[in-house]
Amino acid sequence: MPLSSKHLLGLHGVPKEDIQLILDTAHTFREILDRPIKKVPTLQGKTIVNLFYESSTRTRISFELAEKRLSADAINFSISGSSVSKGETFKDTVKNIEAMKIDMVVVRHSAAGAPAYLTKICDANIINAGDGIHEHPTQALLDMYSIRQRIGKIEGLKVCILGDIAHSRVALSNIFGLQTMGAKVSVCGPSTMIPKNIKELGVDVIHNVDEAIQENQVLNVLRIQLERNAGEYFPSIREYAKYFGITNERLDKNGKDILILHPGPINRGVELSSEVADGSNQIILYQVTNGVAIRMAVLYLLGTIN
Amino acid sequence: MKTLIKNVKLIHPEEKINLQETDILLNEGLVEKIGKFNSDEISNTQEFDFSGSLVVPGFFDMHVHLREPGREDEETILSGCNSAANGGFTGVACMPNTEPAIDNAEVIHFIKKQSKGHLVDVHSIAAATLGRKGESISPMAELAEAGAVAFSDDGVAVKTSSVLKRAFEYANMYGLPIIEHCEDDSLSKGAMNEGLNSTFLGLPPLPSVSEDIIVVRDILMAEYTGGRIHIAHISTKNAVGLVREAKERGINVTAEVTPHHFTLTDDAVKTYDTNTKMSPPLRRQEDLDAVIEGLMDGTIDCIASDHAPHSIEEKDSEFQFAPNGIIGLETAVGLSLSELYHKKKLSIEELILKLSINPRKILNLPVPKFSVGELANFTILDLNKVWTVDISKFKSKSKNSPFDRRLLTGTSIATVNNKRIFYDDHWYNL
Repeated sequence: MPLSSKHLLGLHGVPKEDIQLILDTAHTFREILDRPIKKVPTLQGKTIVNLFYESSTRTRISFELAEKRLSADAINFSISGSSVSKGETFKDTVKNIEAMKIDMVVVRHSAAGAPAYLTKICDANIINAGDGIHEHPTQALLDMYSIRQRIGKIEGLKVCILGDIAHSRVALSNIFGLQTMGAKVSVCGPSTMIPKNIKELGVDVIHNVDEAIQENQVLNVLRIQLERNAGEYFPSIREYAKYFGITNERLDKNGKDILILHPGPINRGVELSSEVADGSNQIILYQVTNGVAIRMAVLYLLGTIN
Repeated sequence: MKTLIKNVKLIHPEEKINLQETDILLNEGLVEKIGKFNSDEISNTQEFDFSGSLVVPGFFDMHVHLREPGREDEETILSGCNSAANGGFTGVACMPNTEPAIDNAEVIHFIKKQSKGHLVDVHSIAAATLGRKGESISPMAELAEAGAVAFSDDGVAVKTSSVLKRAFEYANMYGLPIIEHCEDDSLSKGAMNEGLNSTFLGLPPLPSVSEDIIVVRDILMAEYTGGRIHIAHISTKNAVGLVREAKERGINVTAEVTPHHFTLTDDAVKTYDTNTKMSPPLRRQEDLDAVIEGLMDGTIDCIASDHAPHSIEEKDSEFQFAPNGIIGLETAVGLSLSELYHKKKLSIEELILKLSINPRKILNLPVPKFSVGELANFTILDLNKVWTVDISKFKSKSKNSPFDRRLLTGTSIATVNNKRIFYDDHWYNL
């Protein structure tokens, strides 16, 4: 059974069967990553452009590796040194790249909706690798896959997303995906970082981290994005770390064996203390490995949809 | 030359005229006689048979951006006037955010020159502050003398309260209103209205309180200085409530609303169509309901399009990076008739007040009369014509409208003014 769409723009509205299929497919690819020869010929002859209008290290490398593991031809385009600096519009850049006969575009962009816009101007499969503060679907898929592998299920789980919800594309994709898969999602963070209408999405809002730890089985800790002026939304990093940072003391106090995820990169000593970032509750590097498998699954399922 | 406009209904709410079936005889563009004529009574006239149509005082759009001087690729005064005539307007007031801004008499003279002889009257709204920078007030006396009908920094509100106070005090000497684009600069960095949709779409949110705060400030300043404040493109429930309350308290405040704010909500943004991006942004259903209520109870005095042409290349981009605004001159009348008249929110008389009479009064302009000897200044309406918006047929140089392909009921079929008639895509001299 194929996916119901030829693009992956976000997890909003993506049916449960599709998410299930991606997670199951990722599982078969995950096994390949542990082989001595980590390459399959599945997407041989397909050309995939990684169009990165915003800097990224891990997501770009993860996609690129996934593409290479599937034997696709991967081309990287990033904002520096491109025609963008010559004043070319996004549309013209994409039309030019498309004219070189490509099959899929993985796009990261600072503007929400940029991947949706691409579907209107270009025929390739479009995969959203993060658009503004909108969605980052492959991150949420790899989070869900990692949770499912560690706990054995998603349905019925209580998951809290902690941090700057208002400026996080990871949060929104996780909320949509987890809810579709039957988890109960809450968010926790300073009220200046919680979108005004988030409760209308069926999400509980908590402002006390101890409560968040006690009430949930999974904690997805988001990065404080200092580069996006996150510092304007709370008085100081010290205060954030004190009231919203996860430390061993806090975990011990609440006596919980909670599973901790983090999409990286970590601000050590801010949202996670170093002990927690390297401790036994977290699965941060496990997520990173799974990320390649998830992206292989998405590329494979979209690339073979026709 | 004599011209006979035949078989029309005639409504003028101010002059208490309501004729069911009549003819109008014009002589050199002036009203000569109103009544039924036998065909042998008159000879040597050009005739327009508008059976079943309605003649009303010419509509006036008090909020348009004509882009000239500065962005003639998007609109010129000529193309904007053609767009107005095609949309049913015989007069417009253009906003000063041109390049250079309308902050000196020379620009007003230039606009007058460019629009001279056109069917559509063009009046200039001058900048309230020099270069619209909000730092010091513009030469208001000179601007008023040159013909400015109001002052505004439209695009933004007058930046500081101290400059606003001076602007009110100074403009008041000439009896001219300050028109305010009510948005708090520090809260207006978002790309769409803050709400569930902005969360869903991941677009930077712009809270409605941004508008409300400036509406409060401006109303209080108008009260304090005794000046006249006109709230441009009102869009929030709270702002409507604040204007209503201010009017009850006797403060000299008026307000306009755009057709898009009484037709669309922020649900329209869901496709990331940049033609749904404007300032103020599309709001929620409760705001839309409130502006319609405000139109019905008289809180909102007029309908203005905020006609804002933008080039295709600027609008065809990522939503966040696209400029604000849509064109509106050629859809305003159709939307007003469809959404307000046919949905029984406003009577035709009320609609005429809001599209013709009130905007002129706010700007101290004479209201067209139907009396003998007056210059014929009419909009001719077919209230029931069902038509589909087709932006490729617009006279505007720009095509940025979210209403393309929309089915509307009611339209203007002709405009008459300045001894000319525009009908069926032709210009006739009268």
